[in-house]
Amino acid sequence: MTSKMLVRALTAVGLIGLLSTAAAAPGESGWRQPWGLNLPEGVTSLSRLSYDLHMLVFYIVCVIAAIVFIGIFYSMWKFRKSAGAKPAHFHHNTTVEVIWTVIPFLILLGISIPATQTMIKMEDTTDYEMTVKVTGYQWMWEYEYLDEDISFFSRMDPDSQLARQRNPEISPREVEHYLLDVDNPLVVPIDKKIRFLLTANDVIHSWWVPELGWKKDTIPGFINEAWARIEEPGVYRGQCAELCGRDHAFMPVVVIALEQEEYEDWVAEQNGEAAAVGDEPAEADIDDVAEEELEDMSEDELMTLGEQVYNSQCLACHRAEGEGMAGFPALDGNEMVTGDVSAVNDVIINGVSGTAMQAFGGRLDDREIAAVVTYIRNAWGNDAGDLVQPSEVRDAR
Amino acid sequence: MSLAQGTYYVPHESRWPVFGIPGIALLMAGFSVYLNGGGWGFPIMILGAVITLIMTVMWFRDVVHESVAGKYNEQVDMSFRQGMAWFIFSEVMFFGAFFGALFYARVLSIPWLGGDDAATSQFLWDSVLLSWPTAGPGMLDVDFTAMGAWALPTINTLILLTSGATLTWAHHAMKENHRKQVIIGLALTVLLGATFSSIQAYEYVYAWEELSLRMDTGIYGSLFYMLTGFHGVHVIIGALTLFVILIRVIKGHFTADDHFGFEAAAWYWHFVDVVWLGLFVFVYVI
Amino acid sequence: MSSATDTAHHGHDHHHAPPYGITRWLFTTNHKDLGVLYMSFGLLMFFIGGAMAMIIRAELFQPGLNLVDPYFFNQMTTMHALVMIFGAVMPALTGLANWLVPVQIGAPDMALPRVNNWAFWLLPAGFVLLLATLFMPGGAPASGWTMYPPLVLMLGDSFPFLIFAVHILGISSIMGSINIAVTILNMRAPGMTLMKMPLFVWTWLITAFLMIAVMPVLAGAVTMLLTDQYFGTSFFNAAGGGDPVMFQHIFWFFGHPEVYILILPAFGIVSAILPTFARKPLFGYSSMVYATASIAFLSFIVWAHHMFTVGLPLAGQLFFMYATMLVAVPTGVKIFNWMATMWRGSMTFETPMLFSIAFVLLFTVGGLSGVMLALAPVDLQYHDTYFVVAHFHYVLVTGTIFAIMAAVYYWLPKWTGHMYDEKLGKIHFWVSVISVNVLFFPQHFLGLAGMPRRIPDYALQFAEFNMISSIGGFVFGFAQLLFVWIIIKCVRGGEKVTDQVWEGAQGLEWTLPSPAPYHTFETPPVVK
Ligand code: HEA
Ligand code: HEA
Ligand code: HEC
Ligand code: CUA
Ligand SMILES: [Cu+2]
Repeated sequence: MTSKMLVRALTAVGLIGLLSTAAAAPGESGWRQPWGLNLPEGVTSLSRLSYDLHMLVFYIVCVIAAIVFIGIFYSMWKFRKSAGAKPAHFHHNTTVEVIWTVIPFLILLGISIPATQTMIKMEDTTDYEMTVKVTGYQWMWEYEYLDEDISFFSRMDPDSQLARQRNPEISPREVEHYLLDVDNPLVVPIDKKIRFLLTANDVIHSWWVPELGWKKDTIPGFINEAWARIEEPGVYRGQCAELCGRDHAFMPVVVIALEQEEYEDWVAEQNGEAAAVGDEPAEADIDDVAEEELEDMSEDELMTLGEQVYNSQCLACHRAEGEGMAGFPALDGNEMVTGDVSAVNDVIINGVSGTAMQAFGGRLDDREIAAVVTYIRNAWGNDAGDLVQPSEVRDAR
Repeated sequence: MSLAQGTYYVPHESRWPVFGIPGIALLMAGFSVYLNGGGWGFPIMILGAVITLIMTVMWFRDVVHESVAGKYNEQVDMSFRQGMAWFIFSEVMFFGAFFGALFYARVLSIPWLGGDDAATSQFLWDSVLLSWPTAGPGMLDVDFTAMGAWALPTINTLILLTSGATLTWAHHAMKENHRKQVIIGLALTVLLGATFSSIQAYEYVYAWEELSLRMDTGIYGSLFYMLTGFHGVHVIIGALTLFVILIRVIKGHFTADDHFGFEAAAWYWHFVDVVWLGLFVFVYVI
Repeated sequence: MSSATDTAHHGHDHHHAPPYGITRWLFTTNHKDLGVLYMSFGLLMFFIGGAMAMIIRAELFQPGLNLVDPYFFNQMTTMHALVMIFGAVMPALTGLANWLVPVQIGAPDMALPRVNNWAFWLLPAGFVLLLATLFMPGGAPASGWTMYPPLVLMLGDSFPFLIFAVHILGISSIMGSINIAVTILNMRAPGMTLMKMPLFVWTWLITAFLMIAVMPVLAGAVTMLLTDQYFGTSFFNAAGGGDPVMFQHIFWFFGHPEVYILILPAFGIVSAILPTFARKPLFGYSSMVYATASIAFLSFIVWAHHMFTVGLPLAGQLFFMYATMLVAVPTGVKIFNWMATMWRGSMTFETPMLFSIAFVLLFTVGGLSGVMLALAPVDLQYHDTYFVVAHFHYVLVTGTIFAIMAAVYYWLPKWTGHMYDEKLGKIHFWVSVISVNVLFFPQHFLGLAGMPRRIPDYALQFAEFNMISSIGGFVFGFAQLLFVWIIIKCVRGGEKVTDQVWEGAQGLEWTLPSPAPYHTFETPPVVK
């Protein structure tokens, strides 16, 4: 290979790299689109600050890279032996060495000023107007609005759940926000300084929405603080960003930012709903529900609701066909499941302590538990033949 | 020392490492199986330990023979010295990890959990206030008493300090060729070491039973046993080494100006000594 | 420097030819044999770790779960990293040190030959333990190579094997490093003062120091995991007053110096090769030495840059940010010195030179993205995304691995006495350098656009770049088969080379015959 070709090829590689990065630079047009290249500018003052810092450093390192690349390509070209270059003998020059020690130092000093300012702003969680407590679970989030009586769990949406199986029923490409959608998004108002308190229940997770400009780890036993003041209404999506076990890839975060009035409507609706048999009753509400509301359900009702609950809650571990996997027992063909009803109710209400099988008693209401128990006892190859009614679950609590 | 002489001793083959490696693998694999609840791991572990032990003994025996046969010149001696020094440095860093954990818990995590970090304390731990020593905010129902500094540990400190002195005495005697003094000094050191270990064993029983201080009584118990435990193991190893050296002195392996085996063991012992002082101050006193 | 004595055969009572058969390799204390063993082991592990990387890239080829279970995917990332770092790169670099350090400083062998043998054979023991977990019911470790609790405590059967494998590999590294450090400090030929040592020796001296300092810390950290799991301690459990984050501090106190352990010897290699093919002495030798030492020093005070998102106090964030940025200064000195070495030289572009130049350029890319990561407020975006993955593969693959390949091409003729096939070598280089950029460059974009790392499946907008990356990965993987073929071919035969091998090469090793005899420098050369 001639050195001419060599230089040409190396230059090409370098240029493609640099140009494509540079193309990525302006704006956020690529964000959340195929071929997206760059960080989003985001919708908070923090995210914009960090975006600006990112772009600043990016340009600086591009210039440095260009100097190094051009310098080396030039000497490869100019001082190649095949062109008759004769080697010089110098091996030392204090002046230039001092220069290329001091200049990088000064550049870094320059960068560190805005970086420090931004960092200080990020850590300033004082003067907040509302607080949301975020708790990470394997593999879902719990949101508690400390100023309202609202709290709920947020899991990946059922469509993504189905599509992310091996040999899925629906293809990932048919799901609109594949892996980035949840059943219950976090709803917050815009233009309010929201303080986030982040913690975890089992292992470390990390709560991340790129448009808010940060991610923060949720550490079991500790609370981390962060804040955001969202400036534009919209739907912002993110993911858990700390390896948290098997389904780390499948615990998305969705934040919906609403205008203040709409937010207030949402809060009112939540409060109203929680009093009825809502999606996410708080512990206390379960007792409030009057006995007579627990009407018996038909087989159809039970099985339909059961399937829904199963696909959203249980499928992650026990798999779509109840076949389980290493460490997670199969429910299909499981004699325990088709055996004594009260034992099954107990496992689901109280969980199996010390294992990944959590207590669903606080998270699902009686109807849902009854439905899912009925479902697992009668779906797939299972054939217990009986129905479990909400009242039985009530008694089992 | 950059003078390589033509007679640097390079053993041309070495069987003991390869013999011992399966031992180490069996030891660790057996222990793993045992920890996972497989009882059959235990005999495997013992087998591995025995093989490893044989390797160690035989290997050192070879080295002793070579040394006595005069195969080691000054440069080899220097290699051993430097090797030993680096090894002790690595041991220092090993203890450093646990001391780091101690400082971290005391300076950072305990205060955060116990009040300094308002949100953590308020929302997760019912605002309990913690002060060292503690079992941690989630184990308030465990009741234990911390190990005081002034009885047993103080005695042990004095014992170790004395043992350092007797060892130095033996070393000086070695340099001046007073064999009897060397033997007495070394024997005393080994005895003091053994006494230290016995007292520590007693201390452990006492802490475990009378003070209810266990490994599972939170961070204080964890650190206490981890630090003093690893130190205790080092005392035992150091004392055993010194004992072997004592026998070698009796056999006449060393001379006034060639006794690196002795010195290596002595360095090790002083290192163990210094670690204890750190422990005494940071675990017991402060 | 030059050697005054003929170094080949002297009439001692040693047998000069290596013994035959398997026991030669099992029992050997010869630094060249052990060097070969170390390097072969490294190559084997590179393929095992690479095969795991291929599974990762195949799963990520398109969205959806296509090949493996998510849990198995996590096992692959974890094992890929452990195998590559502890199995491929560290042994390969130690092997190079074994082979080269004694001949570069004019020593008859390593200072502690028996320890040398032991340190090597501990590696297979450690990896038997580690790789055996792949065949256990619960599978291999799946906690990421960083082994963060509490997740790592949920591993099941593989957990104690992981811990003890790390212990064994740690002992091996410590013993290997002690040996190298002592050899360098105690075995130099007369006249070989510290400031005359080749840079490869210097960088290894400092690397050895780093290893002896931090491997025990890792051992301590995993020991605490073990006792937390089985003996009820609460080091990493808040309820008992501990802190999961404490593990991260201890781990990264090891982990960050570890990454410089992986790169410093590579700096040494490149500092040997560039002057040879530029036919001009290394520029700024002493500032290279000081820069290496400064990097090593700084490496001890930057660890928490891996932890900007865990909720460090503000002062901590700022301190670690500043310290990390500082590392760019001495590293920059190195880059610029290499540029100045090439400046006004007379360059030819044999395969080792090509790999070395690619090293300088692409390491710079990885280093510069490192400086971006160092900015704490923006790292809150970058952290745990593919931007980080791109960063460290640029410094590790196009950095360390490229340097190791350069070293193999450069010294292979000295080891075997034959010239490797230059044409195939060039093909290997070009395919590798192009495919590796196709493999890792798009990962920058993926990370910025929001793709987290350690996930087996991703949102649809990441599909295109992932596919490109995977294709690059497969090509790069296949190219490495060519590498092995070139080595085998060269060992088996080929054009005989002179002792000097390369026109511009400097250093004691080039005064030896090619292939170098089994024992060298039994009478030390005198270095002037
Ligand atoms: C060989 C290994 C290696 C090397 C050499 C480096 C070098 C550097 N690394 Fe990297 N790093 C890793 C391996 C390595 N890293 C790995 C494996 C991880 C991930 C671990 C994990 O989580 O699994 C990681 C992660 C990592 C992080 C954490 C990211 C995160 O998880 O959020 C950070 C943050 O600061 C970082 C920074 C740096 C810096 C500043 C350097 C510097 O040393 C780079 C210095 C070099 C240059 C800067 C280029 C040349 C200089 C010039 C041309 C001079 C002029 C330059 C300027 C003025 C800017 N690295
Ligand atoms: C020295 C270290 C080193 C090296 C050399 C490599 C080499 C490679 N790495 Fe690795 N990698 C790490 C260290 C390293 N990596 C670390 C520390 C992590 C983080 C782990 C964690 O998150 O805990 C990581 C994680 C990591 C990820 C992210 C995984 C995730 O976050 O989910 C990916 C994904 O693309 C990846 C890919 C590759 C590829 C394609 C190569 C290629 O360069 C490999 C090329 C080599 C071969 C392919 C082998 C040779 C050829 C064959 C075996 C023949 C067969 C070939 C075919 C079938 C094509 N690596
Ligand atoms: C995070 C993972 C996870 C989720 C989600 C989960 N399970 Fe489980 N489940 C487990 C594990 C692990 C076990 C095994 C516990 C043990 O070791 O005894 C288990 C056990 C069970 C058992 C007992 C099986 C037996 O043989 O003992 C039943 C019944 C069950 N789960 C039903 C459900 C239902 C219904 C849901 C949804 C409402 C659900 N699980 C959600 C992990 C999970
Ligand atoms: Cu939760 Cu990753
Ligand atoms: Cu680092």
